[in-house]
Amino acid sequence: MAGALNPSYFVVLSAALFTIGIYGALSKKNAIAVLISIELMLGAVNINLVAFNKYFTPEAFSGQIFAIFVITVAAVEVGLGLALIIALCRRRNTTALDDLDWLKW
Amino acid sequence: MKQLQGCADMENSLELIAFFLLAGSLLTGALMVVTLKNLVNSVLSLIVVFFSLAGIFILLNADFLAAVQVLVYAGGVCIMLVFGVMLVQRKDMRESNPVNRRFLIAAPLTGALFLLIGLVAAKSPWVKEAGEVPENTIEHLAPILLRDYVIPFEAVAILLTVALTGVLLLVKEVKDNGRSS
Repeated sequence: MAGALNPSYFVVLSAALFTIGIYGALSKKNAIAVLISIELMLGAVNINLVAFNKYFTPEAFSGQIFAIFVITVAAVEVGLGLALIIALCRRRNTTALDDLDWLKW
Repeated sequence: MKQLQGCADMENSLELIAFFLLAGSLLTGALMVVTLKNLVNSVLSLIVVFFSLAGIFILLNADFLAAVQVLVYAGGVCIMLVFGVMLVQRKDMRESNPVNRRFLIAAPLTGALFLLIGLVAAKSPWVKEAGEVPENTIEHLAPILLRDYVIPFEAVAILLTVALTGVLLLVKEVKDNGRSS
């Protein structure tokens, strides 16, 4: 059975997506781009949860349940993050994360 | 018996082809999200990423989750992000997604992390497939979600309400202040 899919395929795929997300979150200047990269990372986590649900506990469904919670919290996070960015843009007229340094002393 | 074996092999190779197609579009879309110069193009390739993610979920027998993924992410989150980009960016869109100096640290770091996870995943012994995921996942999900996991379910509902109310307050309050000052 060389051809069958096994969990390592999905683990490697989600690792690739997660590292691309980390790269975006570390290297982007724009706050919205960082938010998008965090979404990529959450999607990678969901791939892992669902793959482990299928291959290890197919009857218990805990992976899919947790993936639903992750999706909900991710939607909350995007809404709140965008509201913060819009508020910031109205006050400071910038979305570059390097400009948000007025707590420094 | 032999025919059955051939059928299973056929199904396996079809699954493999579907997996590689979906993984290819997923990773291409993700790379375009982090490398494109225009932020609107990044958000649009994010939609490609979310649709391929839904395809991966279907491949893993999670059809309800795939539907939720398309509805919430490709429908809601991406539209919200496009609105956010349009509200925030007023100047030139072409250079709206710049990269800062830290990508010099970030690129080798994330490459090393990927190699590490890949090595561990390739070396670890995976157990064989334990069983089949039942058809019609939503019929099995509902009792689990509303009986065993009812406390997290309600907590998430309260979190959603509070957060979205907070979003409304946050955007409105700053608008008033911005006008008065």
